[in-house]
Amino acid sequence: MREVRALIVDDSSVMRKIVERALRQAGLDALVVHEAGSGTEGLEVLKSTPVDLILSDINMPSMDGLEFLRQIRAQRLAPDVPVVMITTESSEEHVKQAILAGAQGYIRKPFTPEQVKERVLPLLNAM
Amino acid sequence: MHKVSDPENLDASVEEVFELMLGVRCERDPDAAAMAASAEPESVTAVVGFGGLLSGACVFRCGASAAMKVAARMTGMEFNEIDGTVKDGIGEICNMLAGAWKGKVPDLAAHCGLSVPAVITGRDYNLHVQAPEFQLRHSYSFEDAHFAVTIVCDSLQ
Repeated sequence: MREVRALIVDDSSVMRKIVERALRQAGLDALVVHEAGSGTEGLEVLKSTPVDLILSDINMPSMDGLEFLRQIRAQRLAPDVPVVMITTESSEEHVKQAILAGAQGYIRKPFTPEQVKERVLPLLNAM
Repeated sequence: MHKVSDPENLDASVEEVFELMLGVRCERDPDAAAMAASAEPESVTAVVGFGGLLSGACVFRCGASAAMKVAARMTGMEFNEIDGTVKDGIGEICNMLAGAWKGKVPDLAAHCGLSVPAVITGRDYNLHVQAPEFQLRHSYSFEDAHFAVTIVCDSLQ
């Protein structure tokens, strides 16, 4: 199995660990995880670290997930890397905003490992 | 907007968050609030604010042992004190409860924002909200962990 480098951006360290566990349960055994506690930290990681997948919360202090996503695309930091938003915000409007900002997937918290698998693996397989 | 104060929405939100994230079923427990507040000297309270169409807050409160049990279920780790990870986990539970609750009313899902969680720990404190428009307060338990969830609505547009 090929190695997958994932950036998980969430202001909650507990949630970052839960997302990492869900990715491993999805079958991504060769997983290398980079973590960031805000969009600002996430951008710094992307300036120095190549990744294959980005999972980001929306509600975060400093820089929220939607602005983080816009900055990734504007600065062309990870142009072909799929981004999945994982958030408590679940309205169609939020999903629309995320898609417009460049997200390829959307997972609502609380989630099951199966939902993470269903949303993430097709994106990795398409790369 | 008639569903906003529907008490079943709160029960459904607790069920959803605890079953999906902790793998436990919670029971409504009228005695749990008193136990959560008074049985232990130290308690943990997480608050997530609502803004926009509805102004108010979602408040999660439990004793120290219940907080450690919730965090242990979330992380797979063991805790013997209320450290940063426990506070973080309780804040996230409150965040997901707030999101799940507002998501059950379409107008709120689209036009009500959430703050990042604030977590308070300590002894002998009370949270007081002056004359809310409405308030829902339910108590629950799983295994021997007791907690209370309160939705406070200050104003509704």
